[in-house]
Amino acid sequence: MKILPPVSIEARRLLPSRWDLLAAILVLSFIVAFADVSRFLVHPLSSITGHALFLNIWDLPGYALRTGLRMLIAMAVSLAFTFGYATWAAKNPRAGTLLVPLLDILQSVPILGFLSVTVVWFLSLSPGRILGAELACVFTIFTGQAWNMAFSFYQSLRTVPPELEEAGRMFGLSSWARFWRIEAPFATPPLIWNMMMSMSGGWFFVTISEAISVGDTNIALPGVGSWIAVAIAQKNLPAIFEAIGAMLVVILIYDQLLFRPLVAWADRFRIDDEQSEDQPQSWALNVYRRSKLVDLMTAPFEQMMRWSYHWQPPSFGLRAATREMDSRLADILWYALLGLVGLIGAYRIYSFAHANLDWSDLGAAVGLGFITMLRVMVLIAIASLIWTPIGIYVGLRPRLTQIVQPVAQFLAAFPNNLLFPLVVSLIVYWNANPDIWLSPLIVLGTQWYILFNVIAGAATMPKELRDAAENFGVRGWLWWKKVALPAVFPFYVTGAITASGGAWNASVIAEVASWGKTTLHAHGLGAYISDATAAGDFRRVVLGIAVMSFFVVVVNRILWRPLYWYAERKFRLT
Amino acid sequence: MAELLNVEHVRRTFPRGGGEELLVLDDVNLNLKEGEIVGLLGRSGSGKSTLLRLIAGLSQPQGGSLSYMGSPIHGPVQGVAMVFQSFALFPWLTVLENVQLGLEALNLPPREMRDRALAAIDLIGLDGYESAYPRELSGGMRQRVGFARAVVVHPNILLMDEPFSALDVLTAENLRTDLVELWGNGKLPIKGIILVTHNIEEAVLMCDRVLLFSSNPGRVSSEIKIDLPQPRERTSTQFEDYVDKIYVEMTARRVERMRNQAAQPPSIAMTLNHVSPNQISGLIEALAAPPYSGKADLPDVAYEQELEVDELFPVAEAMQLLRLADVEGGDIKLTHMGKRFADGELNERKEIFSRALMSNVPLAAHIRKVLDERASHSAPKTRFLDELEDHMAEDAAEEALKTIVSWARFGELFSYDDDAALFSLENPT
Repeated sequence: MKILPPVSIEARRLLPSRWDLLAAILVLSFIVAFADVSRFLVHPLSSITGHALFLNIWDLPGYALRTGLRMLIAMAVSLAFTFGYATWAAKNPRAGTLLVPLLDILQSVPILGFLSVTVVWFLSLSPGRILGAELACVFTIFTGQAWNMAFSFYQSLRTVPPELEEAGRMFGLSSWARFWRIEAPFATPPLIWNMMMSMSGGWFFVTISEAISVGDTNIALPGVGSWIAVAIAQKNLPAIFEAIGAMLVVILIYDQLLFRPLVAWADRFRIDDEQSEDQPQSWALNVYRRSKLVDLMTAPFEQMMRWSYHWQPPSFGLRAATREMDSRLADILWYALLGLVGLIGAYRIYSFAHANLDWSDLGAAVGLGFITMLRVMVLIAIASLIWTPIGIYVGLRPRLTQIVQPVAQFLAAFPNNLLFPLVVSLIVYWNANPDIWLSPLIVLGTQWYILFNVIAGAATMPKELRDAAENFGVRGWLWWKKVALPAVFPFYVTGAITASGGAWNASVIAEVASWGKTTLHAHGLGAYISDATAAGDFRRVVLGIAVMSFFVVVVNRILWRPLYWYAERKFRLT
Repeated sequence: MAELLNVEHVRRTFPRGGGEELLVLDDVNLNLKEGEIVGLLGRSGSGKSTLLRLIAGLSQPQGGSLSYMGSPIHGPVQGVAMVFQSFALFPWLTVLENVQLGLEALNLPPREMRDRALAAIDLIGLDGYESAYPRELSGGMRQRVGFARAVVVHPNILLMDEPFSALDVLTAENLRTDLVELWGNGKLPIKGIILVTHNIEEAVLMCDRVLLFSSNPGRVSSEIKIDLPQPRERTSTQFEDYVDKIYVEMTARRVERMRNQAAQPPSIAMTLNHVSPNQISGLIEALAAPPYSGKADLPDVAYEQELEVDELFPVAEAMQLLRLADVEGGDIKLTHMGKRFADGELNERKEIFSRALMSNVPLAAHIRKVLDERASHSAPKTRFLDELEDHMAEDAAEEALKTIVSWARFGELFSYDDDAALFSLENPT
């Protein structure tokens, strides 16, 4: 299955519409509002840890469990959000015109930016207690997952085969029953795939958001992320390796007990008629299926759903069901409301900027944005040069693919920030230039998307094409140029888009890294946001976030979007 | 006999870009009596399937009225069930669950639901497949599930939207005869059937009445009563007479339309259906070869070449447009040019084709002229697309240009670069 590219890649028009503008204003004013509130909430709280964190190996499983639980809760919240938001956007065209561009902007906001502006606000909800910090952490993971999932679900709802809908209506299923019996099942396989992808990005954010300092507020939630933070402060290499081990185990458990069963289960909802050759298997699913207990637990739920299908009086029979077109009045009210909200938002942003910022601040942030952009581009290019040939080599060898592909997917899921200390300690040791040597960290985790997409592309290359190339003696550079590279190009582009998006996010923590008491700084927008967060300087946090979102949106639109569609049109082998 | 369905003066349009409307059905009348199978026959795009969806209550007409057993239709009606061309089975439900789905909205007790579903499965010949998933079944078996799902609700009217066209020839025939047999024995709990098809023989084989649809916009152009006892023999002369009669009716109307079109001053905004030069060459060669020697009966050609009406008519129409053949009264006859084309070598054929384009297809001549006049000898596609869209719908304009590109490439009249979306006189270097 394919990774879904961000909304702005799928967008039909190159130039932003006024809906995009309104969405940008709404998101930015939301962040501004949070930042404004937070400024007055920052207290010099000593520490919010429930208890001091010691690097005791026997505590590690408990920490790992709590980290895993945070992920699970965030996933549940994201799922609930997805069903509500995406369904609303898909069913109500009026809402959809705004909700989809909103997703585009939300996808572009650096996720750790959400953390720095919201954490203080969440803390204020339950002063002095750990719950607020937990909420902030879960919210951060949520922001890393929800937008992609909602977009995937929205896309699926929009592409339900019309004849399935018609059959449902024909046999008198109410719209509620149609949603659960037709639309939701149809949308399930891509949604689960996206959940898996989002989850793999999520480990990165959960470990970071467990231990964060905003101004004088230091938070260290019990978990693997805080363990790492303490280990870094103590320069404790063995403890770092222990954390890496614990994380490996947690990810493995999630994979085996949650996602593999889900993928195997969702296989029945595939719409294509082919019997899949390698049906996804899961030993855990077999256990669940055979277990009476699971049956007992799900039976009442199923019964309830079945009963609920009759809940809405079915629009069935000979009744005058033709609903009048939505009235003009409602239209006018809706647009007036949006216009008003947009104006208020714009005013909030303006007054915030006017009071706190001047043009030189903006110039500085944009300048740093270009540095980070250069860094992202160069590193994506280097990663591409390395992984594309390797991916093709692996993808053309089925047995090698079977070994390498899961490893690459696993590496993408692994919270690579756990590896940062290893790299940083080396930079400190050799006294190397941080502007150059910190850079690789931003693609450390996301380069794997390039690798496993290219592998997938090479593996699905038609055998006949390869035979033809061999038959006509196409070899060497000619083979790469005319056969292999074009065949994997669409896959590569999708991978590179994901990798580049992830790299922007990673820059917030990769451009500033520490080892013991030494903190390394690279120049860039990520470091700017990171420093501003540490200093509790909300005006610069907001500015940094806004500028970075802008860069991401613009790069998506003017670089990746044309490239993606060019690749899809010209090189996609169907 | 009781009237099951009455359709009067129905009109349906679809919105087009730029506030325009595309008229799909215009002033359509139809009725269905108890015990009848009525066929709707026409080319794709003649609005047959749209009409079926109106009858099913899945969409609403802009004008006219539809009534089922005397009451107006405003939404899906209990008592009208549909069989879909693409089966429309739910891949995540088993055969039994798919069939039961039709009953679920009826609020029956689970026991009765199950019994009725099993009875329908039994009737349609799906015994033993109850717990299979659709993707485990062959196309024919899948469509049987589609039939069972429709039959299980005991509908008064069964709507069938080209139910056999996604199946291979043998499977389709097998399913057709089974269905006709069940219907003849009175075993189906159904009072009337409407069958949409573009297969003339299928219509003659199954229907009591056939309504012929003309396209753009869809209208009922004539009605033919098939007065043959069931089971019908495809090889009987009466059967063949009916098939011939329908062919003649359909071509007569097309010729008439083309005459009307020809009577108007030639316009670049002419509807061009996409037909590849290879199809044209193929048909010309077949017509020139021995059994026909330049003139043939359309049904015979369709049969020999294994072409459906949908495939044959556009090719014949393109040949008529290019003056390579004449179509009249169910016959197709090669013109002088057509014969020379058949005898010629590839280069001569290209020459003939190119000249036919220049003199008979205004759009081709127009593009060539623009390219000749420009210093660069090239012009972007949008230049012509915009011009065409002043006179015709967007997708029709796209299709016309696509057709012209393929014809001009064969005739080497001009060339087209898809990456740059550019017409030019140059050959690729």
